Amino acid sequence: MSEAVQTLDADTKSAIDIDREKGDFRYPENHKYDAGSGLSSATIDYICDVKGDKDWVREFRHRALKVFEGKPMPTHWATKDLENIDFDKIRYYLSDGAKPKRTWDEVPDDVKETFERLGIPEQERAFLAGVEAQFDSEAAYSNVKEELSKEGVIFVNSNEGLNEYADIFRPYFGKVIPTGDNKFSALNSAVFSGGSFIYVPKGVKVKHPLQAYFRINSENFGQFERTLIICDEGAELTYMEGCTAPKFETATLHSAVVELVALKGAKIQYITVQNWSSNVFNLVTKRGLAMEDAEVRWIDCNIGSRLTMKYPGVVMKGEGARGEVISIALANDGQHQDTGAKMIHAADNTTSNVVSKSISVGEGRSTYRGQVHIPKHLKGCKNNTECDALLINSSSRTDTYPAITVKGNQHATQHEASVSQVSEEMLFYLQQRGLSEAEAMSLAVNGFVNELVREFPMEYSVELKRLIELEMEGSVG
Amino acid sequence: MTAILGQMSILERKPGALDGAPEWFNESREAGWKQFLELPMPGRKHEQWRFASLKELDFAEVGIPPISKADGHHGAVGMEVRSARFGFVNDTLVEEESNLPEGVICLPLDRALAEHSDLVREHFMKQEATLGSAKFVALHRANVANGMFIYVPKGVVVEAPIEVFHWLEGEDIVSFPHTLVVAGENSQVTVVDYFQSDSKAKGSWAIAVNDLVAEQGAQLTYLALQDLCEEARMIQVNNTLVGKDATAKAFVLNTGAAWARQESLSKLGGSGSHSDMLSVSIGRDGQEYDQRTFQHHASPYSYSDLLYKNTLYDKSRTVFSGVILVDEEAHYTDAYQTCRNLMMSGDAEANSMPGLEINADQVKCSHGSTSSSIDESELFYLKARGISPREARQLIAQGFSVEAISRLKNPALETLVLSFAAREFDRIVESVS
Repeated sequence: MSEAVQTLDADTKSAIDIDREKGDFRYPENHKYDAGSGLSSATIDYICDVKGDKDWVREFRHRALKVFEGKPMPTHWATKDLENIDFDKIRYYLSDGAKPKRTWDEVPDDVKETFERLGIPEQERAFLAGVEAQFDSEAAYSNVKEELSKEGVIFVNSNEGLNEYADIFRPYFGKVIPTGDNKFSALNSAVFSGGSFIYVPKGVKVKHPLQAYFRINSENFGQFERTLIICDEGAELTYMEGCTAPKFETATLHSAVVELVALKGAKIQYITVQNWSSNVFNLVTKRGLAMEDAEVRWIDCNIGSRLTMKYPGVVMKGEGARGEVISIALANDGQHQDTGAKMIHAADNTTSNVVSKSISVGEGRSTYRGQVHIPKHLKGCKNNTECDALLINSSSRTDTYPAITVKGNQHATQHEASVSQVSEEMLFYLQQRGLSEAEAMSLAVNGFVNELVREFPMEYSVELKRLIELEMEGSVG
Repeated sequence: MTAILGQMSILERKPGALDGAPEWFNESREAGWKQFLELPMPGRKHEQWRFASLKELDFAEVGIPPISKADGHHGAVGMEVRSARFGFVNDTLVEEESNLPEGVICLPLDRALAEHSDLVREHFMKQEATLGSAKFVALHRANVANGMFIYVPKGVVVEAPIEVFHWLEGEDIVSFPHTLVVAGENSQVTVVDYFQSDSKAKGSWAIAVNDLVAEQGAQLTYLALQDLCEEARMIQVNNTLVGKDATAKAFVLNTGAAWARQESLSKLGGSGSHSDMLSVSIGRDGQEYDQRTFQHHASPYSYSDLLYKNTLYDKSRTVFSGVILVDEEAHYTDAYQTCRNLMMSGDAEANSMPGLEINADQVKCSHGSTSSSIDESELFYLKARGISPREARQLIAQGFSVEAISRLKNPALETLVLSFAAREFDRIVESVS
């Protein structure tokens, strides 16, 4: 690529700068409860006491801590960068002790400002059916529109969910993702706080998406939210989450566990736009359970963080269940987006689809890791996996590591992957028509992901396109 | 175990120096043994052994066989038109026939070591085994006593193939077939390795290493035809180095053995280098083929294309793990990788891990992996034309393998591979209504 584009025009630069700074602000810390640095059973007891956990939750946490301590880091297959996480320096629980606010007016001004800075327009806010915003460990604001609660939709944080609606949530809590699933799911099970617990009753189709924003505001703080969504028979729900963190000097850890349960005929769509600052370790376990004729869709976009390891999965347990993962990853300098999908077929005639597009810019590295498992006692299972990677600079890197197991002759799987560049000819053509090289590149990259961006709800897809554009313009050269 | 009573396991028996071998070779054997002892046995945590049946790696009762009778012979049938033929039974030379152009060195390893020590040393096991079997390659290095050394000097064209037979004889024995082919600048050569045994090689092993070097502008074709008896096992490690503007074509056929693991690494070390990696495996009963491949693009303007086709009957199982690695400097690379599994039974299992690691710019890479059974409409079409269901299925399965075989683009070699495949299809008894 030519030298010329390395020096960007001032306009572009300022546009980028403004946007990059958007999430990069912090408020003074004012925590009533602080579990201190490091993790021990005393930390767990502290969290339990503050939250007023029931005995079974306390036991659950203690058991999980043992599992976490007993598990080695998965560095035999994952990146060695994981070794840079210092578990003793992390603060596991911070809270100002306030209960989640129920109306917008009650929300503290600085949190309102967060929403403002994240660029959520006023109309959109009004339009959102429910919003929960998490500030460090606990939800700062949570609201479910009246009509939803009338229909019986429960939208609470994990603490409320486990303490007040135990009969609904306990049967599925920790069942889709068992504590021992991996080292980080165990860590989350030990120290989780915040997150959303949602129950949609039989046949209720939630028209507008429910939303959550997660924000890390304190240095060295690890955020461990826990989300459990249950859609009862025939129910439908779309859930969106976004996240930001200011840039701290030291690395921060975000390790969430998200469990989805779609009962017979239910549909869950879970949308994530991850834009953590570039020193956050984002190690998330997400899995959905789809019963008969149910559908679980993960729409996942990873733009931020230092290292993301996230492989949303669907266990298709009922006949005719469907699982889908749509994934966009953008890895810039110093970033490693290690994403993928896990499709476990456990019933006849189940189908799964994975479409992943990644873009590596500068020295960024993107990795696709996938697993498809079709056991032999089943019939009529189908999987389609496509992953395409785009390399922008000569120092960019991309890897693909799928693993596909098919037993028996009554299934069909296909996997395709490709790696390509934006062709010189395409750039030349666009430049010849008056676009700068950076603009041309941006256009080409947006074209590359366009088909997937369209899968996001409108307000997100516009934002996403803009984000990608800006990320790109800053780095072409 | 009754065959060789009281034999010492290969895991414990330290091989000594080889009489008459040059000093460097014996040192290499010594180093190999040391390395073998140091390296850990593959385990569950080894990513390179993911999905592998580790229980197959049992050498406790496997030993080195006594020297074969020199008048023994292998039972293999090869090609009509050939330029040389060498036969080994348990690594002992039993057949030798050569009609090669002047300057070509084609000798059993022991003789090559005596006559061309420096030349052998220059190329002997120079590339590290990086795909998982380093321990067994070290064991091979410690024990290897014979094999083939083939050197084709600059500009020499060897028209007809050179055939090398490795015959396994006896129960619970291990042999270490070794083939080293060096094709000098602008030379051309084709080598066919046969790995076979009679039906009595129960519990026996072949731990083979075959290294190929194609120097600038050379054209090297290599075939490994594995048709061991159904109770033998094999580990085969292949390293190919492709120089500037050179072409290497490697083909692996699996029809035999209870379990066979093949690790093939092709390093594209010069610009304009070209590598074709082909394989056909036809599994039945409980046979298992575990193939790991690596296409290493270390130079710009290099090209590699991999096509592995597996047909799985009964309870057979395959593991395919392939990586395309494109180094930072290897711009303008084209690399392709395809693994296709045809599932012929409800009990068969296919595992695929096609991988890409791309560090360069201006690269065209793709991989594809599919697993599926025969399309009902294809069967219907054939049946409608009066072909029995059994025949129709076999025809389709054969046609499936032919795609890889035809890429050899050499009628004599294609006929040879097809005859092995046809024999395998005849052995398959399918209960089709």
